[in-house]
Amino acid sequence: MVTIRSMVNGRPAVSAKPRLSLLSRLRSRRWAAYWMILPLVVLIVGLVVYPFVYSVYLSFENKAETKFVGLQNYTKLLYYDTFWLVTGNSFRFTLTAVFFKATLGLILALILNNLPIGGQRLWRGVSLIPWVMPLALSSMGWWWIFEPTHSAINWILVQLGGSPKPWLSDPFWARVACIVTNIWYGTPFFMIMYLAGLKSIPESLYEAAQIDGARALQRFRYVTFPMLSKLIGITVMFSTIVTFANFDIVRILTRGGPRYTTHLFGTYAFNIGIEAGHLPRGSAVALFMVPVLGVAAFFILRNIARGEE
Amino acid sequence: MAKITRREFMKGMVAGSAAVAGTMAVPGVVRKAFTAKATLNIGLWNHWIPGAVDVHSAIINEWAAKNNVEAKIDLLGPQVRDIRTIASAEARAGTGHDIMALGPFDSWAFVKQCEPLNDVAEYLEKKYGKFDSLGTYLSYSEEDKAWYALPAPMGSHSYPMVSRMDYFNQYAGIDLPALFPADASKRDAKKVDGWTYDVFLEAAKKLHKAGYPFGNPISETSDGNDWLGPLLLSFGSQPMDREGNITIESDGTLAALEYLKELVQYMPEDIYGWDDASNNRWIISGKGSCIQNPPSAWSVAKKDQPQNAAQLWHHDTPKGPAGRFRGALFYNFIMWKWCKDKQAAKDLLMYLLEKDQQWKILAAGQGYDMPQLTPMYAHPVWQEQGPPPGTIYNYIIRGDEQLVVGGYPAHPIAGNSIYGKHILPVMVAKATTGEMTPKEAMKWCAQELEMIAE
Repeated sequence: MVTIRSMVNGRPAVSAKPRLSLLSRLRSRRWAAYWMILPLVVLIVGLVVYPFVYSVYLSFENKAETKFVGLQNYTKLLYYDTFWLVTGNSFRFTLTAVFFKATLGLILALILNNLPIGGQRLWRGVSLIPWVMPLALSSMGWWWIFEPTHSAINWILVQLGGSPKPWLSDPFWARVACIVTNIWYGTPFFMIMYLAGLKSIPESLYEAAQIDGARALQRFRYVTFPMLSKLIGITVMFSTIVTFANFDIVRILTRGGPRYTTHLFGTYAFNIGIEAGHLPRGSAVALFMVPVLGVAAFFILRNIARGEE
Repeated sequence: MAKITRREFMKGMVAGSAAVAGTMAVPGVVRKAFTAKATLNIGLWNHWIPGAVDVHSAIINEWAAKNNVEAKIDLLGPQVRDIRTIASAEARAGTGHDIMALGPFDSWAFVKQCEPLNDVAEYLEKKYGKFDSLGTYLSYSEEDKAWYALPAPMGSHSYPMVSRMDYFNQYAGIDLPALFPADASKRDAKKVDGWTYDVFLEAAKKLHKAGYPFGNPISETSDGNDWLGPLLLSFGSQPMDREGNITIESDGTLAALEYLKELVQYMPEDIYGWDDASNNRWIISGKGSCIQNPPSAWSVAKKDQPQNAAQLWHHDTPKGPAGRFRGALFYNFIMWKWCKDKQAAKDLLMYLLEKDQQWKILAAGQGYDMPQLTPMYAHPVWQEQGPPPGTIYNYIIRGDEQLVVGGYPAHPIAGNSIYGKHILPVMVAKATTGEMTPKEAMKWCAQELEMIAE
């Protein structure tokens, strides 16, 4: 950059920068960053912010979308038995599925971490298959396994001398089927996150613990678990958001049945909004998810921020 | 003498003379092509019968070529809920196709964006007689005096009973082809009158005992609506009237629920988890003696289990204390308000719904599609299909059944919600599984109906 220097009262004058044209400014490094994130911003505004704001607006309208009704769509839901059934379903589904995914993911990660390197690669790849498979496709596979009349799993149960279970036609077993499918799909995510965390724990910590006479369980309790705890927190919160907003599994396995007992907020919002033609109330149902997801997002961001500190 | 075109007719001669209408209807009249090339984007229902949609597309393309119109056809579905999602997106965006084939109730979700088609509907009714009452219910707005959709045959279907002749004969002592012969003139009205839900219950008991139960879903599925809605009506149970008054808490509903509580004892236990294909598999496999379905189950059985298909007979539903009702899902065409070439779109719709074209479409559908204009019932396709010969003859209404859709007679906007939320099957499921007493289930249903009303 060319600067013109002159002496004013014996001191160097302030560097006089030539005025940059708008084009040059836009080409500057600082602006380049904005340009590069612009497509992402456009995508987020178009596909997240706009639909969100629009659904909030919709939720304040009447069924025909001709009249502003304030919070009526929300308040009506609160007096509605099915809404509370759906709320219970959503929490039950999320808490149970996330607990089992986190536990199984940790167990799998510990097993994989102790395998020889060659075997580890193979099993790591195999374990990831459920997670990389399109969920709609794998849910179809699970539907075939649980199909009410010709269930593959019932066939196996009968062959083993057991009795068939009313998968998908009884509320308890239908909930079990949805949760099992979600666990099967989501466990590899936990496993791979924990595995990455395990790899980053310095070996010296284990050696020190071993010198102090720590047994395997104590090494896990006092070294592994504390070192993974932040990662566990973030993973659990992240999975809570995704699980709570689940749609595909219930939609394909049970369509919310039997008797609405497997409907989640997502599937129920779709049912009311699209299938039953009451878009404003469907939006209101979907927006009831926001506080829960917001709390989860708050904790995730706080954990990340603390980690950065 | 100058030939009168549809275009000219539509421009102001709707109320014109029958003579003009007659001239219009003459097949083969060469119509004046559009001077400037018009473009029509058409969303057509993708028929599951191989080749049927090709016939439909060919008819459109042939018309387009003759009339200087560029027709762009998109095949949608065959799941109507997928088409509804597309239509919903188009209605929000205010752009998309010009003409779309929609499933039952769907046009009511988009009434504000649909162009009234009164001139076309009135022309067709004048020429062929009134549309079926269900077609009118689903396409015509009494409040606005407007046809927001045009009842169409392609995709339209009903839910007769599909029964095993051999099992009914052997275990229940009922000769179905004799009761419902493949010739309406040979029907014995007295015998048909005796085909009631009580008689059916006795038959269901016997068939269950023999190991071949009657099977239909009582779950959140379309088929659940399509047999339970009519059954409830047969007992005098109506969810809501057209004015929006909730009428489900009635003696008729109680009677129907009590009846169903008994009937489910002779049905498979897993019907509460069945989907739309479950009853098809039930009858195709040979495990079941009876379901309620269009001829699609029989059609698949013809390929996969021909020995079972040869024993299937389609026939009327039983009669209840309040009448005989059969479920049906009628499709229709809509024209979006943003269509630029409205005249061309109307001309095409009118052409498609003329007898000559419907005739070809009905033949291509191999008997699956149901016309909504009674003169089309004379088509031979239902007589010709088999084996067994004449099995789907009674798929078309030949007796005293009234076609209805789950949610009827509520206003179609409310009916759409009743159907879409599967309120009636869930009420029945709650009452018949013991989760609730019939009275509690009725109350629960009333609360659901209140919620969808506004």
